[in-house]
Amino acid sequence: MILDEVNAVGERLHRFPGGLRLRHHKQVACQQPVERPPLPAVLVVPMRQQAGPEATPVVSVGDPVLKGQLIGGDPSGLGARVHAPSSGRVTAVEQRRIGHPTGQTGTCVVIKTDGLDEWPPTEPVPDWREACAVDLQAQIQAAGVVGLGGAVFPTDRKLDGGRAAGIHTVIINGAECEPWIACDEMLMREHPRRVVTGTLVLMRAAGAEHGVIAIEDQMGAVGAALERAAVELGDDRVRVVRIPTIYPEGGERQLIQTLTGLEVPAGGLPQDLGILCQNVATADAARAAVIDGQPLLERNVTVTGNGVARPRVLRALLGTPVGELVTAAGGYTPGAARLVIGGPMMGYALHDDSEPVVKATNCVLVLDQAEIRPTQPEMPCIRCGECARVCPARLMPQDLQFFIRSGQLDSATDIGLEACIECGCCDAVCPSHIPLAEWFRHGKAESRHQARERAFADRARERHQAREARLEQAKAEKAARMARRKLKLVSDDERKRQVARAIERAKAAREKQAGAPPSTPRDGEPDE
Amino acid sequence: MTRAFSSGPAPHMPAPPTVAGVMTQVLIALVPGIIASAWFFGPGVLVQIVLASGFALAFEALFLRCRGRALQPFISDGSAVVTAVLFALCVPPLAPWWVAAIGMAAAIGLAKHLYGGLGQNPFNPAMVGYVVALVCFPAAMTQWLSPREIATAVPDLAAVLQAIFTGTLPGTLSIDAVTRATPLDSLKTGVEAGRFVSEIRQSPVFGDFGGRGWEWIANAYALGGLWLMYRRIISWHVPVAVIGSVLLISLPAWLLDPGANPEPLQHVFSGGLVLGAFFIATDPVSGCASPRGRLIFGAGVGIITLVIRRWGGYPDGVAFGVLLMNMAAPLIDRYTRPRVYGR
Repeated sequence: MILDEVNAVGERLHRFPGGLRLRHHKQVACQQPVERPPLPAVLVVPMRQQAGPEATPVVSVGDPVLKGQLIGGDPSGLGARVHAPSSGRVTAVEQRRIGHPTGQTGTCVVIKTDGLDEWPPTEPVPDWREACAVDLQAQIQAAGVVGLGGAVFPTDRKLDGGRAAGIHTVIINGAECEPWIACDEMLMREHPRRVVTGTLVLMRAAGAEHGVIAIEDQMGAVGAALERAAVELGDDRVRVVRIPTIYPEGGERQLIQTLTGLEVPAGGLPQDLGILCQNVATADAARAAVIDGQPLLERNVTVTGNGVARPRVLRALLGTPVGELVTAAGGYTPGAARLVIGGPMMGYALHDDSEPVVKATNCVLVLDQAEIRPTQPEMPCIRCGECARVCPARLMPQDLQFFIRSGQLDSATDIGLEACIECGCCDAVCPSHIPLAEWFRHGKAESRHQARERAFADRARERHQAREARLEQAKAEKAARMARRKLKLVSDDERKRQVARAIERAKAAREKQAGAPPSTPRDGEPDE
Repeated sequence: MTRAFSSGPAPHMPAPPTVAGVMTQVLIALVPGIIASAWFFGPGVLVQIVLASGFALAFEALFLRCRGRALQPFISDGSAVVTAVLFALCVPPLAPWWVAAIGMAAAIGLAKHLYGGLGQNPFNPAMVGYVVALVCFPAAMTQWLSPREIATAVPDLAAVLQAIFTGTLPGTLSIDAVTRATPLDSLKTGVEAGRFVSEIRQSPVFGDFGGRGWEWIANAYALGGLWLMYRRIISWHVPVAVIGSVLLISLPAWLLDPGANPEPLQHVFSGGLVLGAFFIATDPVSGCASPRGRLIFGAGVGIITLVIRRWGGYPDGVAFGVLLMNMAAPLIDRYTRPRVYGR
């Protein structure tokens, strides 16, 4: 049944609820071809650039490194490996701020580049079309590939879970619904064959039969280029589908709904529908890992906004300071007011531009004053319902924020808090200027925290009850032991008495035999 | 090399309309209806609007002060003025000044600030004010003017001011000459007296498809309401449900017994139904939030209005319909939540 829906992909599109049609500014960054900025003098490479645990540094200060050399290991297998983006020498392994709105820090390996950009010999998978899925996955894991669309989930883990659940379709997400971002569009436009090849690599690694590349209908020639590439590569299993441009259809759940009409079950994953979703750039990174043997060292970054003199897409090494990218794009304009990592809807503002590009950095957006929301007083909710109208998860944000504010987290969970994808549509339309998505992030964190506390308390209670039971049992055993001993004492006495009586009787018998009259009669004690 | 920037939460976008902006649009949408009312019933309509707005703002300031809240931004959010204008459009144009005072004290004090101010009121403030005035001063609240077309005289501004502030009309105008029963009044008393609807409708207070004058005022309200729908300030659910339920129920009743039941359009175009459907029942704060909930809410308003018009003690029931459904709104919302994605 699900397969039928997937087979019908492209013939009939569906509509996810809510969403916004935003004015797009992609063309601004699409005027020039993608270029590499000058090699930075210093690269700051965070050990944590993905979901899951931080990588463990495997180099020390003073070590020389080559381009592509492993500098961060992933002993748990739950995170992702990190490699040196260029050759040089390690000058520091220390805590630094890692591009997070809260100013969070993390371990970073700082590399002073030597300008040689020297590669060691690479080790591609010999014949990927014949290789088994597990080998491909291992190669992708070794290359440190993570989802480059923004969620940065380690790709090998997604493949692993997906294969276990049974994947029939790989959807490559080329819907960049954030208004300014164009890095995936440029990748598809300039390297359609790489994207299609990457799709085929992921299909093989996931054991999938079908491949779908979803792009926005306003991406013009991109669709034709991809279709041509698919024909040239002689594989008719990959289809290109153009979908209408509605924010936030780049979210995998919304994309799956647009393509198939199906909803990923609550608490479930796309793999439950037999679908694996990966971003366009992830497909290219998987291809580079498998076919070229190259780890993930660089990515397309959109450097754009009215605060940038010459907006464009740059191919940046991971670890490049954001400020240097802006310099490579002509520098700031006088009106530059806000620096955002990501798009205007979901991105976060940075306090300064010293932080490095990481695997998740798809856009450096510099906005001028007119493009950002002026600080206005937050008004009470008037329940106008606009937030509910635009919510792609069919939530009622006005009620959710009420419950979270009043501390009724269980009620918030009951009405679907966990289904919130934090797309910010509700924020964008709220006339009372309530920071709704922020409340929901807070509510989710708080509710998970409470669940953890509850689980902890439950465990403590179980431990306590077990201990009580143990003590109880020990006490009972002790009592039983005492009882047995007492019984034994009693029976010992009894035996002594019986022996004494027997002796008595024997004595009496002897005396009787000796002519004496019988002395004591039997006293009725039962003999055992 | 590093450069500092201002921070702020996403989305990094120009701001959407404000609460004051929403209220302003509602006021703009009321303009055609206000003009039509003033045309048919004279300048009293405008005086009532000014009077009620003044009282509303004064009470808003007073109660904000009493609750220890800052006057700004609440005094300028426009919500008190919207309440005042809706109230003023419901009271007779020559109602004495203290009707507006009592009405606004009840609307702003009782219905709004007693429950926590903007956004917290379970009942529609304008309708609370109206019903308090109606229950307390039935005589003053039912003396309506005759519409221009059939009035012997439309009082001018001086006469209106004199009537509102002193309770007397200038000698040239007598109170009997200017006030008259509303079309719904005539219908109700006529039917109760055992006359046929067709007979009653011979009275000059009736126009082509509603009350004379009233029908054009209703059209003007509908125009503003449709504009609000187009601007997405209100959703279609409530107006469609209110008017739809009235049409749906009055049509078979009229077909079965045209002598005792007025035709459906008569119900829609006399009295407060159109104003109520587009501007009063659509109040988001005291109404339902989910689309299905809004349909049920609107249908409830329509049905209660009809029941009161037919069997109740008042000629019109829109205000009671809205207030009664306000009571039911939280429960309706609870049972009409949309299915969350993936559940």
